[in-house]
Amino acid sequence: MKPRRLVRALLLLSVLLGAFLLAGCQRGGELPWKLTNVSGHMPDLDFKLVDDHGKPVSGADYRGKVVLMYFGYTHCPDVCPLTLAQLHVVMQRLGPLADDARILFVSVDPARDTPEVMHAYVNAFDPRAVGLSGEPRALEALSKRYRSAYTREPDKGDGQYEVSHSSAIYLFDRDGKARLLSTAADAQDDLVHDLHLLLDTGAKP
Amino acid sequence: MNARFALLMTGLLCAGAAMAGDADRVAASHGWIRVMPGALPAGGYVVLENHGDRAVSLSAASSPAYAEVMLHKSSTDTGMGRMEKVDALSIPAHGKAALSPGGYHLMLMKAAAPVKVGDKVRVTLRFADGSTLDTEFEAKPANTVDGGDMSQMHHH
Repeated sequence: MKPRRLVRALLLLSVLLGAFLLAGCQRGGELPWKLTNVSGHMPDLDFKLVDDHGKPVSGADYRGKVVLMYFGYTHCPDVCPLTLAQLHVVMQRLGPLADDARILFVSVDPARDTPEVMHAYVNAFDPRAVGLSGEPRALEALSKRYRSAYTREPDKGDGQYEVSHSSAIYLFDRDGKARLLSTAADAQDDLVHDLHLLLDTGAKP
Repeated sequence: MNARFALLMTGLLCAGAAMAGDADRVAASHGWIRVMPGALPAGGYVVLENHGDRAVSLSAASSPAYAEVMLHKSSTDTGMGRMEKVDALSIPAHGKAALSPGGYHLMLMKAAAPVKVGDKVRVTLRFADGSTLDTEFEAKPANTVDGGDMSQMHHH
């Protein structure tokens, strides 16, 4: 009776230990992200647009870099500059690591955002920011690809108009895989933390 | 002639009375403008303190440096960045209201001459009773993050 009990106890213990180790393994395989993890739920970085030097570019041109993609427009005087100014602070906090990251500022206002306007705009914020504009259809395709949305609001009468747009920041690893989503509600420390993970390891699965 | 004179005087007196209204109870501080490249619209921010016993309402603003100044409010509710024109911003009695990035702000458009970083720009704030307050906004670089905003961003 007694030895059988001991065997059962040992068996139970080993099962529990196994379960524990398995759980440990699963945790170890997934990096401790703080932002919303979208790995495997969003397509790889892919587009055909024009950069702020007027050069045609595609998603493949940014392989090897960690990408922070944000949709906005240059006539946006408040939220877009605030977000880009905050991203500039994030880049500064990353130090030399930030050289391996790029902020892709994608225009949702192709009618007004020419490469020249975009160039002056992004460079007012950070040297590692790139302004992307292009054909309305290509911009729409990119926005749809990431379930982002934008709406041109009615003209105010003098040709001035606003564009409402998704405010999320999409993070891609060096292989162009969509990894994380950052919103205005996330703390800057969390963004810096997760960018360290993406930049240190390359986050290769 | 006399009637016209009287009318003119009444007008001046009214203007004088309006000047000594809500604006007298409000103190403006930390005014700044986010300078954008080219002719792009800029955001203007300021902290308003009401020392009076009743709420005061900011209804408009103007500046000799810009052809158009509008009171706006940004929001990022539901994940969409939006901006809308607002008619007024209320400053509670013995309280504060801030025009700050991501919320209420002035949208300054069509600069008379390029505004440069370091410039001091005069902005006249107008209150619901018609009284006005002259303030000075400092032109700051595009990538400025507001001091108050930074403290909100860091959760240590």
